[in-house]
Amino acid sequence: MTSNSSSFRSPLGRVRGLGSAKGGTHHWWLQRLTAIALIPLTMWLVASIVTLSGASYDAFILWFGQPANATVMILFLGVAFHHAQLGMQVVIEDYVSRHAWRVTLNVLVKFACYGLATLTIVSILTIAFGA
Amino acid sequence: MATQNRPLSPHLQVYRLPLTALMSITHRITGVGLTFGTLLLAWWVTAASYGKPEFEQVQAFLGSWIGLTLLLGFSFALFFHLCNGLRHLFWDFGRYFELHETRRADVFVLIGAAALTAATWVMVW
Repeated sequence: MTSNSSSFRSPLGRVRGLGSAKGGTHHWWLQRLTAIALIPLTMWLVASIVTLSGASYDAFILWFGQPANATVMILFLGVAFHHAQLGMQVVIEDYVSRHAWRVTLNVLVKFACYGLATLTIVSILTIAFGA
Repeated sequence: MATQNRPLSPHLQVYRLPLTALMSITHRITGVGLTFGTLLLAWWVTAASYGKPEFEQVQAFLGSWIGLTLLLGFSFALFFHLCNGLRHLFWDFGRYFELHETRRADVFVLIGAAALTAATWVMVW
């Protein structure tokens, strides 16, 4: 890229407000990828919940004590919270026009989603290793 | 000011939204709802890792009328978002954009979501 020598504007000044930081495709792709992954994961979760709906505490612990069940549940939690964060970001960016609010809300959603993902995954691991 | 009397182009509140548009906004609403719904799932899983009394507290809440109503809404939102999300994936490949196709997909998604919700609750019962 050759810069225009007659311009006194900095490279940053020239691109500011022009939009794309080449991050949109990555967001779009991850939203689709997590969506596709969630199709089988969600079906599995619903089947598990149906199985466990009337079950006792012991049955619940035994279920997630099985490595395969714990693995799929952890995958679901990680992917679902990621997908939720990506989707909430789009909604916030579409409807919150004040820049400061938009950034603040997006940061809070990110903290909440990844915090809850970590908490729930650690919970499943606690059950899996303790069973 | 004179500029305030200028005719404005009609906006959302003027049009009668077609079903496809209503389902589009419902996809977003259910998405936001499901994000908050995962709080229930997080509560359930975390409580179980703490112990039997904590877990049974959550089970008791989920078995109450408030809990069951929330779960009914949660399950329908989940299946709607799942079915309509599948249609979005087809759209991403440039398929089924014709008007008659979107109308047909509207019906498929609504029936699919309702049937999956009903099947789930029948199995739980």
